Formats: sequence, C-alpha cells, structure tokens
Amino acid sequence: MATTRILEWCGRLYIWLLLAFLYLPVIIMALMSFNVSPFYQLPFEWTTEWYALLWQNDQLISATWNSIEIAIITTIISTVLGSAASLALYRYEFRGKKVLQALLFPPIAIPWLITGTAMLIFFFGVGIGRGLFAILLGHVALALPYVIVVVSARLQTFAPELEEAARSLGANQWQVTSRVTLPWIMPGVIAGGLFAFAVSFDQFVVSYFLSTPGQTTLPVEIYAAIRKGFTPEINAVSTIIIVVSMALMLLTARFFKFGGEK
Amino acid sequence: MAGVQVSNLSRSFGAHKALDDVSIDFADGGFYALLGPSGSGKTTLLRQIAGFDFPDSGRIAIGGESVERVPVEKRRIGMVFQNYALFPNMSVGDNVAFGLSVRGEAKATIANEVQRALDLVQLGKLGGRRPHQLSGGQRQRVALARAIVTKPRVLLLDEPLGALDKALRVDMQIELKRIQREIGITTIFVTHDQEEALTMSDRIGILRDGRLVQEGPPEEIYDRPKSEFAATFLGDANIFRGETTGTGIRLPDGTAIAAGAGAALAAGAKASCAVRPERIRIATDSGTSDPNANMLRGQVSKRIFAGNNSTYFVDRGGQTLKVIVQNTGIERLAEGQKVVLRWSPESTVLIAGS
Repeated sequence: MATTRILEWCGRLYIWLLLAFLYLPVIIMALMSFNVSPFYQLPFEWTTEWYALLWQNDQLISATWNSIEIAIITTIISTVLGSAASLALYRYEFRGKKVLQALLFPPIAIPWLITGTAMLIFFFGVGIGRGLFAILLGHVALALPYVIVVVSARLQTFAPELEEAARSLGANQWQVTSRVTLPWIMPGVIAGGLFAFAVSFDQFVVSYFLSTPGQTTLPVEIYAAIRKGFTPEINAVSTIIIVVSMALMLLTARFFKFGGEK
Repeated sequence: MAGVQVSNLSRSFGAHKALDDVSIDFADGGFYALLGPSGSGKTTLLRQIAGFDFPDSGRIAIGGESVERVPVEKRRIGMVFQNYALFPNMSVGDNVAFGLSVRGEAKATIANEVQRALDLVQLGKLGGRRPHQLSGGQRQRVALARAIVTKPRVLLLDEPLGALDKALRVDMQIELKRIQREIGITTIFVTHDQEEALTMSDRIGILRDGRLVQEGPPEEIYDRPKSEFAATFLGDANIFRGETTGTGIRLPDGTAIAAGAGAALAAGAKASCAVRPERIRIATDSGTSDPNANMLRGQVSKRIFAGNNSTYFVDRGGQTLKVIVQNTGIERLAEGQKVVLRWSPESTVLIAGS
C-alpha cells in the first residue's frame, strides 16, 4: 500500500515538474508583460501600459500581420500541395517514385541556417530577391515535407478496399477522394496543417535571411527590437501570440482526435 | 440482370501467369462458385470481371456487351469484399445510400431504396448505426445491401463469409442464397471452402494455377471429377494409379479395378481411378455379394470416431485407403482387424494419367 502511494506521488510530482519546465518561462514572461517595471523588478504592480504602447508600435504590428498572413497562406498552400502529393504517392506507381520519396525527407534534417543561405543565393540568382514573397516561398518549401510525412502516415492506416468499394458503387475519382479518402485522412491533414503553420509562424532563420527592413516577420522584428534595447512591449506581443496559438491548438485537439478512430 | 461470358481470358503479372486462357459462361440468374486454393487465380478472375484490372487478352461480356476495357465504376456491378469495406465515416444508411447518391438520385428515392435494401437483409432498424457498432454478421449484411441497392447486373462476392465463425457462416449461407433467389441476380462467389461451394452454388468452377480445371453442377463435379486434383480438392477421394484395361485399370500388383464412369482411354495408357470414401463398404468377411463389385483386402490401421460417422484408415500393401461409414449401429471395427473393402464400378471414376 505504502509503496504504491509513494509511486503515485512520484508520478504526480514528475508531471508537475515537466509542466513547470515547459511553462514557467512563458508564465513569467506573461506576468512581466503586466508589470509596471520594465526591468523585471518586484514587487509586482499591475499595468496594461505595455499593451497600450504595443498598439502604437506600427512596426511590430505590421510585422505581426505579415507573420499571420504568411503563416496562413503557407498553411493553405503546403497542406493542399502536400496532401495531394501524399495521395499520389499512395495511389500510383511510377518511375523514380522511390527516389522521390527518399528525397522528400532530408530537407527536414538540413539545418535551417544552411537552407536559408541557399535560398537567399538562389532567389537572388533567379531574380526573386528578398521580401515577403521570397519568405512565403521559403516557408512553403520548409513546411511541405512535414505535411507529406504526417498525411502519408495517416494514409498507411487507410484500407485500399474502401476506394475499390466506392468505385464498384459507381463513384468517379473525385467522388472517391472527396467522400471516402479525404474524410479518413482529415485528422492527418489538419495535423499536417498545424505543423505547417507552426513551421512558418515560428520561423526565424530563413525569414531573417529573406527579409528586407520594410518587409519582415514578427520573429525577425522581435530580434531586431531586442538588439536595439529590450522593451516590455515584446513581452506583451509574445503573450498575445501564446494565448492565441494555445487556444488554436486546444480547439483543434478538441475537434480532431489525432491518429485515433473517429 | 445479365449473364457473364468470359472467353480466353489471360492475365500475367511479370512472369507469373495469374490467368491462363480461362473461358466460363455464367448463366443469367445463376449462383456460381469459383473454387481453388490460394494463388489459383480465382480472385484475379473476379477482379477482372469487376473491372479493377484489365486482361492482357481475351473477352469479358456482361449481358452480351463487351466490357473488358470498361473501368469498374462504369460496369454496373455490385461487389462484397472479404473484410466488408464499409465506409467508417458514414452511418449504415449512408453506406447503403452511397451508390445511389453518387449517381445523383433524388433524396426521396434514395431513402426509399435504402430502406428496402436494409429490410431485405433484415437490418431495417439499424440505418443510424455506425459500422463499428455492428457485429460481423450485421456488417456482412450491410455490405450486401450496399452492393445490391444500385440494382447491379451481376453480384460479385470475394470470400464474403471467410471472416465469420462457423455457426454464423452457415446462417449467412442460407441467408445469402435466399436473397440471391429473391432478387434473381447473377452471382459469382469466390471461395476456398469446398463445403460452401457445394451447398450454395448451381455451378462450380475449379481453378488451379490460373487455369480452369473443371466446371459444372456440384453433383457432376463430385461424381465425375476429370482430374485427380478435382477429385481431391472438391471432397475426399481414394486414388489408385495403374494402366488402363479399357474398362478400368490394373494396379502394379496385378489387381484389377473396374470403373463404370469417366474418360474413354486406350488400353495400356497410364491412368487413375478415384473412389469417394463413403462409397466403399467395409466388412470382416468376404461374404457373397455382387460379383461385379471391386474388392480389396486390407487391415484397419486407424479409426476416427466422429459421432454420426467413423473414418477407417485401411492399409493395403503400401497404400492407405480412407473409408467413411455411417454409424447406424453400435458395432465397430477394431484397429488391426483384417477387412474386405467393396465398392461398385459405378462409384469408380476413370481419370487420364498425367
């Protein structure tokens, strides 16, 4: 009896330590965004002054909108292209398929610093240059392999007889895909989309290489701001983003049970 | 409804000949079993008729219309898969409605037809359930309802009862047969279960290594097998090998066995005779019965008691024969007992040697 209790207690402690490790820095930052002192000084005094200041910081706000826009467009493009590619790889046999599949995954392992440098040189060479469009292209390229990996994993659990059954009942290719295959892989598509969003929204290295002073994303802008001198507005904008993205994640987890049977 | 004609159908996968010049005529409204061991080509043939795969050569006609290059979705067939392949994201009713819905039928028509199909398979009240809430037998019925609701020209079944336990399988055999009779649809049924093939079908086709070995009504194949393979694959058979005498064969030890049926062969050729185990009578004395009967002496080496019948294994100079006896009384033969086996020439089928 006693040992089970101790074990149970240890288990709980472990979970709390783990959560503390994950969330403590974030919670402190969120608290400090409401503290009067810009230098993390205690005692804690409540203020929303930094949020008001943030509202007037046009550079930070425009960079935030850039980030959101690019992340959403990246998510849409890479989810659609990646899911379509996964379906093609699942359904068809063609020459060079194995090579193509093998080549899809190394980009995940290549350091972003190197990918970023390569993209900068390449985009310069072909005349795309730097800016928001270049950043978008770069993000889509980074996110695609993640989508393909996640959607392909989900497709592995799909029974090919379901497509055959649908065809035997007179369904054309589009009806088979939209009414039988897509509903089954949807949790994978959503998960892949979340990955794509995260890859783009969190992206610093590649964005840093491809941005110009006027056309930049939030992580790059935050980095530039910190170099000029730290202000609690950074805490404020970070807190807003954490709250919004956590809400997004929890909502998605609520409506889609990843991997499991629906 | 329509009959199906398969003519000279061949299909290879690499060097492997999955189907080799197969021709079968499936009559309109008939119940046809394709029987064979795994790798015999029976499923390949079914998938060719369905249209999932196209032949290298040969012709497939449904209702007289050539379809060998028509893809499955345009063939108007109904198919039941081994693992049912119900759509997990749809209710039972939506599963059954799928075929009508992709054809763009009106909602009211679909609802009517779906209810009729579910009533036919006795699942009228379960339309709102999800496939994972059903038992194996119920899923089977949903798959059947889904396949027939579109009024296909032919119903194809790929080992549909393979996943069910034995008692349920017998129920479903009767049920399937009832439904097939009720709607009168041409049905082609792939199985490796010989009992299922015998009890359910009007005709059986036996396949081996991509070729059609024999084809005909169950009684004909059972009573008059044309090859040792057909004799031993559909039911059980004792096989004697020797040389033909014109009316039977002579075994290497000189014993003559008279055959009343089978191939007409020139004397001296290699041939075999097949006898079903239940056609042989077993006795302890030579007695005085039909002088024309085939007779062999041997010794009981083993007896397996199975309630209503017993199987005796009888040794006869290097060959073990199988004899099945109905247990009509309580007298039984002991192991080691010397016995006399007798059977009529009519029960003996002459088969050309290979």
